[in-house]
Amino acid sequence: MSLNGKTTIPEILKKYQAELLTDWLKEQAAAGIRRDNFIKETELRQQCSEFLSLLTNATQSGNLSDIFAPEWSQVREMLTSISNSRTRQGFTPRDIALFVFSFKRPLFDHLRKEFAHNGEVLADEIWSATDLLDKLGLLTTEIYQKNREELIARQQEEMLELSTPVVKLWEGILALPLIGTLDSARTQIVMESLLQMIVETSSQVVIIDITGVPTVDTLVAQHLLKTVAAARLMGTDCIISGIRPQIAQTIVHLGVDLSDVTTKAKLGDAFLVALSRSGFKISRSEGEF
Amino acid sequence: MAVQKDEVMSVTSSADIVLVRQIVRKWSVELGFSLIDQTKIVTAASELARNMVDYGGGGKLRLEALSEGIRRGLRLTFEDTGPGIPDIDLALKDGYTTGNGLGLGLSGSKRLMNEFEIYSRVGEGTRIAITKWR
Repeated sequence: MSLNGKTTIPEILKKYQAELLTDWLKEQAAAGIRRDNFIKETELRQQCSEFLSLLTNATQSGNLSDIFAPEWSQVREMLTSISNSRTRQGFTPRDIALFVFSFKRPLFDHLRKEFAHNGEVLADEIWSATDLLDKLGLLTTEIYQKNREELIARQQEEMLELSTPVVKLWEGILALPLIGTLDSARTQIVMESLLQMIVETSSQVVIIDITGVPTVDTLVAQHLLKTVAAARLMGTDCIISGIRPQIAQTIVHLGVDLSDVTTKAKLGDAFLVALSRSGFKISRSEGEF
Repeated sequence: MAVQKDEVMSVTSSADIVLVRQIVRKWSVELGFSLIDQTKIVTAASELARNMVDYGGGGKLRLEALSEGIRRGLRLTFEDTGPGIPDIDLALKDGYTTGNGLGLGLSGSKRLMNEFEIYSRVGEGTRIAITKWR
């Protein structure tokens, strides 16, 4: 006990486990955690009692401050799995953290009863308990955050794949409609899929359409020039289309030289150039359908 | 000249550059710049933000909405604590680069804006302020 520098929290947890569990469940209901539709009463009770016994075990080591120590690994795993499953069920990070924080009052109540006549020890014990529960609560928030970050990373990857289609417009004519930001990672994928398609379809002309690229700065221009150069090495001509007035002016001010590349304002114009380069001619039929 | 509104954001990764472009575009739309000017400002901001991430080890961008008499403007200040630029005249030369870019970012953004101020000390960092008036 704190009088001789040792905390009694492990003993209290062990001794009053049943009461603590009952109080904790009541507290969680009072805290207004949105759970009725998601978690059944029995499931919650089971989670709480499992967490409580893991917590009791972990505290028996006497280490109440470093929750990343090996003796706390089971508690961390349990919190991770609770956090993960609740995130999937649509709980807010507040609800998930409250799972831990709502344990404060039951534990504090028992500490108060135990040390009613010794204010100094009580203050010490409450400090250790609140420090520990804060750390565990924050851990659930960190796990929530990590889940979110993984989700964002996954979506980013999906977008990379989605937004770089190479379309065959005509015999020997490919189109690459670029959309969004041309950062390096994506440009790499664009280049690879374009060069691959050139080989597969043995195309002579490629139209790169940048209508969907909001900003053309020097890096984007450089990527475009590199793509054009790579395609040219494979014997394929490139036409860049979708150059809007504001983009044209900006490119001129930047001093980027696109004069080696055929450029057109509209995809349709570029397509006509591509057709005539491949020897096709478009004419309006005069007869009636 | 009065500052109507200002905001500071940190720019440390290429994801932040995307954010810079979005915020700068939002501010230039709010200030009523034409589509062409919006594009110029966003492009210049994109260049300088990338320089800051690639060569300055990341830094901060301050956006300021200015007003002077009846004219309004947008000033963007990029400040890093990176290695600094030893020879500013050389760095401003078209086609000069210490990396593997086109070497047009710094000089190009100067041409895209109305005012361009650069201050740099080797070992201390670089501060570039660009302003566009409408």
